[in-house]
Amino acid sequence: MKEVYLDNAATTKPAEKVVEKMNEALTEAYGNPSSLHNKGLAAEKLIKEARANLAQELKVKADNIYFTSGGTEANNLAILGALKALKSYGNRIVTTKIEHPSVLNVFKSLEDDWDVKYLDVDSSGKINLEQLAEYLNQETVLLSIMAVNNELGTIQPLEKIIKLTDQYQNLYLHVDGIQALGKIELFPARLGIDLYSVSAHKIYGPKGIGALYAANTSRLNSIVRGSSQEQGIRPGTENVPGIAGFGTAVDLLTTSQEQEQIYELKKLLVDRILTEIEGSSLNGPRINQGAAHIANISFTGLKGEILVHSLAEENIYISTGAACSSKRKDSNHVLEAIALDDNLIDKTVRFSFSRNNTVEEIHYVVDKLKEKITMLRKIM
Amino acid sequence: MKNLFLIRYGEIGTKGHNRYKFENQLMTNIKTALQSLGAEPKVTKTFGRIFVETNFDQLDVVERLAKVFGIVGICPAKKVDLDFDEIKEKALELIRAKIEKNNQLIPFRVTTKRANKSFPLDTMEINQQLGFYLLKNTPDGSLKVNLNEAEIDLTVEIRENNAYVYATEEAGSGGLPVGISDKAGLMLSGGIDSPVAGWLAMKRGVEIMPIYFHTPPFTSERAKEKVIDLAKELAPYQPGGLELEIVDFTKIQTEINQNCPEDLITLIMRRQMIKVAQKIMNRKQGKALITGESIAQVASQTLDSMQVTNHISDLPIFRPLIGFDKTEIINKARKIGTYQLSTKPAQDCCTVFVPNTPETHPNLCQIEEGEEELVIDELITEAVNNTEVIFL
Repeated sequence: MKEVYLDNAATTKPAEKVVEKMNEALTEAYGNPSSLHNKGLAAEKLIKEARANLAQELKVKADNIYFTSGGTEANNLAILGALKALKSYGNRIVTTKIEHPSVLNVFKSLEDDWDVKYLDVDSSGKINLEQLAEYLNQETVLLSIMAVNNELGTIQPLEKIIKLTDQYQNLYLHVDGIQALGKIELFPARLGIDLYSVSAHKIYGPKGIGALYAANTSRLNSIVRGSSQEQGIRPGTENVPGIAGFGTAVDLLTTSQEQEQIYELKKLLVDRILTEIEGSSLNGPRINQGAAHIANISFTGLKGEILVHSLAEENIYISTGAACSSKRKDSNHVLEAIALDDNLIDKTVRFSFSRNNTVEEIHYVVDKLKEKITMLRKIM
Repeated sequence: MKNLFLIRYGEIGTKGHNRYKFENQLMTNIKTALQSLGAEPKVTKTFGRIFVETNFDQLDVVERLAKVFGIVGICPAKKVDLDFDEIKEKALELIRAKIEKNNQLIPFRVTTKRANKSFPLDTMEINQQLGFYLLKNTPDGSLKVNLNEAEIDLTVEIRENNAYVYATEEAGSGGLPVGISDKAGLMLSGGIDSPVAGWLAMKRGVEIMPIYFHTPPFTSERAKEKVIDLAKELAPYQPGGLELEIVDFTKIQTEINQNCPEDLITLIMRRQMIKVAQKIMNRKQGKALITGESIAQVASQTLDSMQVTNHISDLPIFRPLIGFDKTEIINKARKIGTYQLSTKPAQDCCTVFVPNTPETHPNLCQIEEGEEELVIDELITEAVNNTEVIFL
């Protein structure tokens, strides 16, 4: 086997057509979209096309999409950009304990000035709706929640969540959709989501480009100062190649048939591991309830990091949730939140799949994994 | 225009009939250190001073020379004829450049070093007359004489054929020129301590040869990259360059884990590392091993533990950090420039294979008993013969 890439929740390999499109943007449409001349116009057209693609996919208006430098910036813009205007309506903001650091660390930085609440999750990674109801009140101005968790694949019950938020006029709902785009069906405008973040490199697009959908910008402020690109919400010369590549990636978004294939690969891997490897356990949602592309598995007595390096020797690429450096016990906030056994936290790895993976690859990976684990358990 | 630097060196000056060796080594090191800037600089010596003439930018030169051991001070200087008027003129130029940058009243003094006794004015006369001249020709309120706490020490050196004037001295690293004291192996990990230990050995003129033990998959490629980066950071201090030896230690580590008592694993591992390092030194004519240990910092750094590691080595093992506190080591590492690299997360095998209750007071019998089942001579030879060498 040449290489088996099973770290697709970290990033995906850009599709060929994406690379071609970016190449076009870099070599032909290299103008500044703000320039008055034709070179500028050509670049602007690429952006327009990409924006239209994403709008169509999300079933929103193109004008409501703002390109950013990635998912992290989209999340920061959503939270910090909205809060500037929301301060006069209330002081409570709510999120979950299993958000991506680009949300969680923003909330942590706000603890001094805001009444910040963090929702617990159960062992599958889902929030508790009763607790949410408790945290919501007339003072609550922002709820930020991820659609799909990047480590466990947990899908939050967004419709039920939104029902609970309906009665609060001043509540802004931000959804981090970075692991959801192309994985589950989710149309932010139809659900009544105010702010929705997406990123290109999780869907076979380039790194360094993301977008924020904002239903209405009357309460959204830019967090950087500059010219008037992206309607002033995100100033700075546009990343035209990135945006163009993003647009193409959206065009090629995983079909539901491909999604099913991806699920079959995950099922094959999980079933074989759980039956053939002693001391293995699946974390997070039940196999058929989580996102199709993520499987989070612990192996007793085996540090995840060592497993990652062992498989890398065979050109198999997976990831760990928690770094196992004994010096730094920063552990893993997601695995802690689902109350995973302390002993297993640094013995956990994540397999994440793409449409490029095959059944043969999965068999190969499990075979190698068995070999490595047998060898490692002897030593460790 | 050429820039001239007067290089002061301290300890070398006190060496007896070997002095020329130290000086020549220092001149070679200076040349090598500046080679990366482009054309070769002109380096000459007279009694007690080395002069460097280059076309390179002053800041670039100072930055590089500050890392050449043996140098105490780097003084951007002006060379003038043995003529007091000329001396005064250059001195004034230097002083003016200094006060331009500063609106405060600056305490200054004149220091004269008169090696050439035939110069018509004596030291006191030069000091007084030059000081007076400088005061008179600079704006009022910019200079005042203060012999004890001078901020500007305008120095005039009267030599055989020329005089030199300088107003700035950039600190050098001190010590002795690397290459003057033989070679030694440095047990280099990715941590904070070992680069500092290596630096201290280099400071005494020792040419170091770093050795890193790579244990995939227990240590990552990133950990190896980190060590290479650390060695690169140390390289400018050793103008001839560094030869980093990377030992593949996995097979030996595996044997230790399978055949030795858990509480002794760390100690036995260290012993085997020393054994490998020593054999590499035999090949490369190294005369000692250097480690970053400091007493009682971790379980394997008790005196008992060091004793059992020493036992496996015929070469002396030097531990330059033995009396340093962690904060002192960190401060040194910051100054050397290795601290930030060292603290980047990337574990080494010490942190992967930590026994739950490590033995802290081992004795030799106990260790040798623990090693009884260990048959690894061939693996050691293999590791010694198959190192990856990186020239930095």
